[in-house]
Amino acid sequence: MSDAGAVAIPRRPRRRAWLGPLASTLISVVITLFGLVLVTFLIGRVMPIDPTIAIVGDHAPPDVIAQVRLDLGLDRPLVVQFAIYVEKLLHGDLGRSVMTSNTVVDDIGHFFPATIELATVAILIATLIGVPLGVYAAVRQGSRTDHAVRVFCLAGQSIPIFLLALLSLLIFYATLGWAPGTGRQDVIFEGEVPFVTGFLTIDALLDRDWDALYDALAHLAQPAGVLAYFSMAYITRMTRAFMLDALRGEYVITARAKGLSAARVIWRHAFGNIAVRLITVLALTYAGLLEGAVVTETVFSWPGLGQYLTVSLLNADMNAVLGATLMIGLSYLALNLLADGLYHVLDPRSR
Amino acid sequence: MSSTTKAPTLRDWLLTEDPASRRQAAWGRRFRMWRDFQANPLAMAGLIMAVLLFAACLAAPLLATWDPSAQDLENRLAIPSWAHWFGTDELGRDVYSRVLYGGRVTLGMVVAVVLAAAPLGLAVGCIAGYFGGWADRALMRVTDIFLAFPRLILALAFVAAIKPGITSTVAAIALTAWPPYARLARAETLTIRRTDFIAAVRLTGASSWRIILRHVAPLCLGSLIVRVTLDMSSIILTAAALGFLGMGAQPPSPEWGAMIATARRFILEQWWVPTIPGIAIFVASLAFNLLGDGLRDVLDPKQNS
Repeated sequence: MSDAGAVAIPRRPRRRAWLGPLASTLISVVITLFGLVLVTFLIGRVMPIDPTIAIVGDHAPPDVIAQVRLDLGLDRPLVVQFAIYVEKLLHGDLGRSVMTSNTVVDDIGHFFPATIELATVAILIATLIGVPLGVYAAVRQGSRTDHAVRVFCLAGQSIPIFLLALLSLLIFYATLGWAPGTGRQDVIFEGEVPFVTGFLTIDALLDRDWDALYDALAHLAQPAGVLAYFSMAYITRMTRAFMLDALRGEYVITARAKGLSAARVIWRHAFGNIAVRLITVLALTYAGLLEGAVVTETVFSWPGLGQYLTVSLLNADMNAVLGATLMIGLSYLALNLLADGLYHVLDPRSR
Repeated sequence: MSSTTKAPTLRDWLLTEDPASRRQAAWGRRFRMWRDFQANPLAMAGLIMAVLLFAACLAAPLLATWDPSAQDLENRLAIPSWAHWFGTDELGRDVYSRVLYGGRVTLGMVVAVVLAAAPLGLAVGCIAGYFGGWADRALMRVTDIFLAFPRLILALAFVAAIKPGITSTVAAIALTAWPPYARLARAETLTIRRTDFIAAVRLTGASSWRIILRHVAPLCLGSLIVRVTLDMSSIILTAAALGFLGMGAQPPSPEWGAMIATARRFILEQWWVPTIPGIAIFVASLAFNLLGDGLRDVLDPKQNS
């Protein structure tokens, strides 16, 4: 280091110790949030749809259009428009949806619970099947079962989710008649269950309406199952990889040498050590489900945020599109942060 | 080691323990990798599937039995037969020929996305990793912002902002595809730049750009190729999903996602019409997943998770 400048290797700047990890995480979150808002704002501005025409219609007289443009601040510089957008956003104002004529915030509050309900049930199914499958494949590494699990997972990663959804409708609804059709509930229960949390299963439970609860669960089963297969592939693969790693650990050999039962070694010693990393994977998978939900909801006419987004897209309802995009981006960011945070809190080695 | 002396074959030349030239050593290393790769049946299956797919799509005009846009309204939604191997769609067009031509669209989009996103990600990652400091922080911040959106959602909003179609689909997916490559290249660069041989190159007076271009970037290629191959499957799925949602390639085009979108209403009666392009997507995506998996085992054993 001390000799000629030619050897000066560029170094990473030292960590700003005075900031502490929490503060530096916060700063990066704020910057990412800002970027998120900026990207949605810019996408909104380059859209070929004139927002004034969306409000006043095609045949409005020119002076009305000019007035609306002024009201919306569209004549001002882009930076000022962005400032106005951020200010409104901070007040929880995402504008009004042309399609539903409600505020976008109300719409999100109305549609998002359906998506969360779907994604939550899906991740539960995926975890309950995927994790044991991954552990089993790792324990039997190289066996026929292991290969079968690998192919099953690769198929899950490769199949387009809308094909799976359509085939599921064909098989379980049209051919076997096991599942109810699309939508979230049967017409006869429409408006029966009071809207409390927005989660139909919980609302039905609170209302003690068992028929409605059964109906809601039956409608959930198909889309949640399809989504679950989509994420199960990843969960199983990661579980298997982590387990293989753990089973090679010296502590596992020690545990075996002590004469502990195979089940105890696998579940308590090996699995216990990968649980934290798995939770991170689950949080990331959950975030990925938001994406799968957009396509799944479209096929199953599931009235969630994903369907709201696609219908708004087709109707060129700009405020709704941007609001839903921002909301999904925010949830995604939050889940990623949660995954990071959990890892730091639960795993002492990472500190 | 046997006593009989034979003329050295190409194989011996490749597998020799003491290569006479750098070229021989390099080809020997490649040959050994190829042997490892060949030993993995799933990976070979992926390679063969991918090669066949590309060949079939390139040769579509020779293999197609009908004009993909020729309509025959008398013969709508026909079941698969000798005349129409995969049946016909709602306008009486031959599904087999359309799937072949659609593959050109899909694989073309994949290649275009990779050609746009991989060099960009590599460049950003190498520059950020090599120079460190402000360049690193600024570039990685931008990367984080793009990573903060789920891929399909960002692509959807982006396509809607421009105009649905193949070009904007490629642009949108490329825009969402480069950040993971940048991260990967940066991580590799961080370890490479501390090595002795880079210090040696620097001592000979090479400029930073020359070092990045000639010494750092080539070493990042291995893991990048693995990542890109695995990603191709997800690019195919995203492109198809955009087509399916009506935001990608537009209907007269035989793009697979768009074909399913127009045919989805027949799923309950003429189920083969939407299912066959779906199977095409599945096969293409599976091929790249298998191939990528196999390549990872050979090229990048440490990343084996």
